[in-house]
Amino acid sequence: MAENSRRDFMGKVFGGWAALGGLGVLYAAKKTWDPLPSVKAAGFTTVDLSAAEPNVLNIEKWRGKPIFILKKTPDMEKSDRDVIVGKDRFMVAIGLCTHLGCIPAYRPDKKDFLCACHGGMFDTSGDNIKPPPPSPLVIPPFKVDGTKLVLGEEGPQYKKMKEAGITA
Amino acid sequence: MAHFEKANSLHEWLDQRLAIDTLERVLAKEYWIPKNINFLWAMGMVLAFTFGILLVSGIFLLMYYQPNVELAFDSVNYTIMREVEFGWLWRHVHAVAASVVFLIIYIHMFTGIYYGSYKKGREMIWISGMLLFVTFSAEAFSGYMLPWGQMSYWAGMVITNLFSLGSLELNGLVEWIRGDYVPGQAFLDRFFMLHVLLLPLAILGLIGLHFGTLRIPHVNNQDGEEIDFEAEAAKYKAGNKREAKVISFKPDFLSKDMFVLSVFLIFFFYLVFWHYSFAMDPINFDPADPMKTPPHIYPEWYFLWSYEILRPFPKDPGLVAFGIAQVIFFLLPFLDRSPNVAPAARRGKFNIWFWTMLVDVIVLTIMGKLPPEGIYSTIGLVATIVFFALWISLPFITKNEKAV
Repeated sequence: MAENSRRDFMGKVFGGWAALGGLGVLYAAKKTWDPLPSVKAAGFTTVDLSAAEPNVLNIEKWRGKPIFILKKTPDMEKSDRDVIVGKDRFMVAIGLCTHLGCIPAYRPDKKDFLCACHGGMFDTSGDNIKPPPPSPLVIPPFKVDGTKLVLGEEGPQYKKMKEAGITA
Repeated sequence: MAHFEKANSLHEWLDQRLAIDTLERVLAKEYWIPKNINFLWAMGMVLAFTFGILLVSGIFLLMYYQPNVELAFDSVNYTIMREVEFGWLWRHVHAVAASVVFLIIYIHMFTGIYYGSYKKGREMIWISGMLLFVTFSAEAFSGYMLPWGQMSYWAGMVITNLFSLGSLELNGLVEWIRGDYVPGQAFLDRFFMLHVLLLPLAILGLIGLHFGTLRIPHVNNQDGEEIDFEAEAAKYKAGNKREAKVISFKPDFLSKDMFVLSVFLIFFFYLVFWHYSFAMDPINFDPADPMKTPPHIYPEWYFLWSYEILRPFPKDPGLVAFGIAQVIFFLLPFLDRSPNVAPAARRGKFNIWFWTMLVDVIVLTIMGKLPPEGIYSTIGLVATIVFFALWISLPFITKNEKAV
């Protein structure tokens, strides 16, 4: 009896240590699978907008994702989502459909974006106008610097949008 | 130390040390198989053999494949296909086997459903089999990433995006799974590891478990007859093989297995040499391009039915439906409340259920391949609703089933 309880005690001590070790392993595994510092550091892109043509979609690459930059023509509807650079209004958004991440194609004649994968549509402000996408295109963190746009940095315009809850 | 006699042959020498005769007796010669089973019961052996083919051809591909986003595409499409002698053979064997293995899995599954082989006492056979199916699906998906073509990349993008769990927007989780903001080097390395090590290991373990689950309830038979295996085995061992309802796995049933397997292999190598392209998507012969989505994304044929279930709904309900479709088959032994173990043909309403389900899955598969427009969307939606209606109705139609 006394021996058994001693073995039980040893068992519990071992179990405690093993649980502690297990937690350590889980923590290390979680950290190991996080994006590497080199991946995170490549997270800034600068785009010069001075040569942008209206109604011509520019696609830039930021964090491996396509970024849609569209200079609006005067007849396009204004939106709170527009990025204002000088006198011009731009649509700036991550060019991945908010349904499952395909890249929608811009149709300059119809002035809309069509995602061929599941038929979703967005307008020139990035708002979803036909399901399945559940939300507008995501606006990436940006900062306006003269005629340049810095992607990955949160400027005052972006922070304002974020507070208004329209960046996503 | 035990006592050892001088061995007169290699066989005897091994037998003294490894008990190979006992192993053979327990695992093969006295492993009892009912007499009244048809060729559909040989699918297990066909699957085990096909897995062997995948393992061997995979090892040959592994010796030249480069798990690097810059090199992967060319290592497959140039080095293996053009430079390595017979490299094309291993690739075509691997690709065709990966596709055909699902055809056989589906036949194996629907055979089990038709004959009620998942019923009381055999639940673990069914569950371990479903675990194998899920692991094979993960294995197939991770392998599909490796050539790093357009379809690989965008399938990786779409499937990993599912882990943001719809409106929960868990993009941090998705980025953690990928190790990057988009599928990249870390993602490719991870899926390479899963495909060549972790998942094959899991599959080997699960195959062991699946075989083990057969040991006590024994394999079902064409009539769902409950057989006293010990009594029947005693008859067989006493030499009364004609009256015994069972035969030994080796050599009796194995000869039938081998026959079915050889017919299968004719079909298999016919595909490998003359129709290998069905297992390869043309879009995947374009290198991965993160800045351009192919106009029409669809998975390999064996995932089309569950892909179609995802498609007709808005984001969140679609995801929930997709999730349920992946696990609902696990619950089959518990949703079928009839005590009958019998072929569907003798089970009244269940017979209708079985054939409707089979046709529905085929319709879903066809619609999954077609673009999501007009009438195809409607048919897909109806087939999806039928799929769920069938599962919901199953406990009710089987509850009052007459005993057969």
